[in-house]
Amino acid sequence: MSFTFNDENKKKFDAILARYPEKQAAMLPALWLAQEQNEWISPEAMEYVASLLGLTPAKVYEVASFYTMFNLEPIGKYHFQVCRTLSCQLCGSEDITKYLKEKLGIQKLGDKSQDGRFTLSEVECLGSCGTAPMLQLNDDYHEDLTPQKLDELIASLK
Amino acid sequence: MDTKILTKNFGLKDSHLLSVYESTGGYQNLKKLFGMQPGDVIEEVKKSGLRGRGGAGFPTGLKWSFVPKDSPKPKYLCVNADESEPGTFKDRYLLELDPHRLIEGMIICSYAIDCHNAYVYIRGEFVYPKVQLEKAIEEAYQKGYLGKNILGSGFDLEITVHRGAGAYICGEETALLNSLEGKRGQPRLKPPFPAVVGLFACPTVVNNVETISALPYVLENGADAYRQFGTEKSPGTKMFSVSGHVNRPGNFEIPLGYPLKKLIMEDAGGIKDGKALKAVIPGGSSVPVLTAEEAMDVNLDYESLQEKGTMLGSGGVIVMDETTCMVKALTNLAHFYSHESCGQCSPCREGTGWAHKILQRMLGGEGRANDIDELNRIADNMAGKTICVLADALAMPIWSYLKKFRSEFEALCRS
Ligand SMILES: Cc1cc2nc3c(=O)[nH]c(=O)nc-3n(C[C@H](O)[C@H](O)[C@H](O)COP(=O)(O)O)c2cc1C
Ligand code: SF4
Ligand code: FES
Repeated sequence: MSFTFNDENKKKFDAILARYPEKQAAMLPALWLAQEQNEWISPEAMEYVASLLGLTPAKVYEVASFYTMFNLEPIGKYHFQVCRTLSCQLCGSEDITKYLKEKLGIQKLGDKSQDGRFTLSEVECLGSCGTAPMLQLNDDYHEDLTPQKLDELIASLK
Repeated sequence: MDTKILTKNFGLKDSHLLSVYESTGGYQNLKKLFGMQPGDVIEEVKKSGLRGRGGAGFPTGLKWSFVPKDSPKPKYLCVNADESEPGTFKDRYLLELDPHRLIEGMIICSYAIDCHNAYVYIRGEFVYPKVQLEKAIEEAYQKGYLGKNILGSGFDLEITVHRGAGAYICGEETALLNSLEGKRGQPRLKPPFPAVVGLFACPTVVNNVETISALPYVLENGADAYRQFGTEKSPGTKMFSVSGHVNRPGNFEIPLGYPLKKLIMEDAGGIKDGKALKAVIPGGSSVPVLTAEEAMDVNLDYESLQEKGTMLGSGGVIVMDETTCMVKALTNLAHFYSHESCGQCSPCREGTGWAHKILQRMLGGEGRANDIDELNRIADNMAGKTICVLADALAMPIWSYLKKFRSEFEALCRS
């Protein structure tokens, strides 16, 4: 399946290019656009980005694979990322992860739920240590978590 | 004396809006700025004694003065909004609640170093702060504070927000530059320093969000006014993020030299559930830990913390009560640094992973008699032997935890 930016993203990409003196600097922004359009970055998307930037697909892969937020494989529609670093651990992040595992029916971190809707991961400090324990669900932070808050959050997801 | 410089607008309704920022005097000093010589702006910042708030504490004006004035190359400013040192969550609030202060600060720095293209490198997870900042930048363009010929001064400045994508190491300034250039975020060998060979091989200043946000005050009120706050050697105010076992975690802007005891016991509401204090990390997870006794007897300034063998770092204060297992705390940090090592240098790549394995084994009840020596040896082999100081950032906790809380480690090591 080939990949190209939709019209809106083509425009955005052109505007991005104009902000930098060198084309390659548009790499991360282009990968973000690709991920926003398709939810993950397929090999075809990397080839496309490579052609836009005048680089080899291998070069794009080398960069994309360095960054943890680029999904190089499809993930669940809802991605729960529980912060596991010190301040959150001191405030009970392990219980949050355990609770979510049971609630979402996920055996192993990084896996998807059976229906494929949810992915659960642990991540490092999200810069929100004062409202620990916390997690990021897709783009949004959810802070000062309790089991009750998690129940409400999950119930609110379609 | 009111000691709020950076956070003085945080309590105002819609503090992120241009109109609110202007109503408190924001952007009023640009006229004054453009009437000054760039060299005089640098001098004023030097005189203020402002030091970098991102971790290393390097004098800001001095850093700017390293940018070669006669270089024909373009100069760049990169604001470090990667905020990823565990325990630190101050820049996020500056971005969300007062983005115009940062923008005005960027104009001041750019004018001083003759930069016409400035970037804000923001960590990928900060989606909401990024939106707030971009809206503010848009407002500033519309009002003529950014773009071509700002307020008729002939000075041009473009600001672009560049989103990272999840990698702690991109907070290190040269990794940040590589990442912005569209490469893997791996630190570069220094020298050359970014001020001479930085972004796109051009002279570049990298400064933290909080550092830049202090500039509008310095410009408006002068270096002497800024020096009224803080101590002789550590002037000014700084934001401290307090987290862990306290009743009221959060950000507190205080004058440097403020007692850590007061910050924890009064501002942050004391230790949770009436427990006793055990240990405090005063400046983000990479700095040496303090025992309760040390923590209750130190002031928050560069010199006092150094005397106690630790550092002010990024101002991330992590508080641990008497129930905390220090072996577990160190294991958590070892996991972090081993996960975040970029892998270029073998002492860092191997050392962080190895230390984490040993600590995990200890926690699992399989500690061995020579594990403590082994951990110390690993730390000795990491510190000062790598391209960037991420390796030191784990070595320092290892040494200090083992030294100050040795019995807890010994209890887990069977002979
Ligand atoms: C591993 C590592 C991570 C860092 N992370 C950050 C960060 O998240 N934010 C930051 O401002 N500085 C960070 N720094 C410090 C930067 O390298 C640099 O010193 C700083 O951005 C300079 O700005 P300042 O002088 O205004 O503090 C980090 C340094 C290292 C070695
Ligand atoms: S010390 Fe670690 S993080 Fe820094 S450059 Fe070397 S391997 Fe990378
Ligand atoms: S430790 Fe969890 S947000 Fe910082």
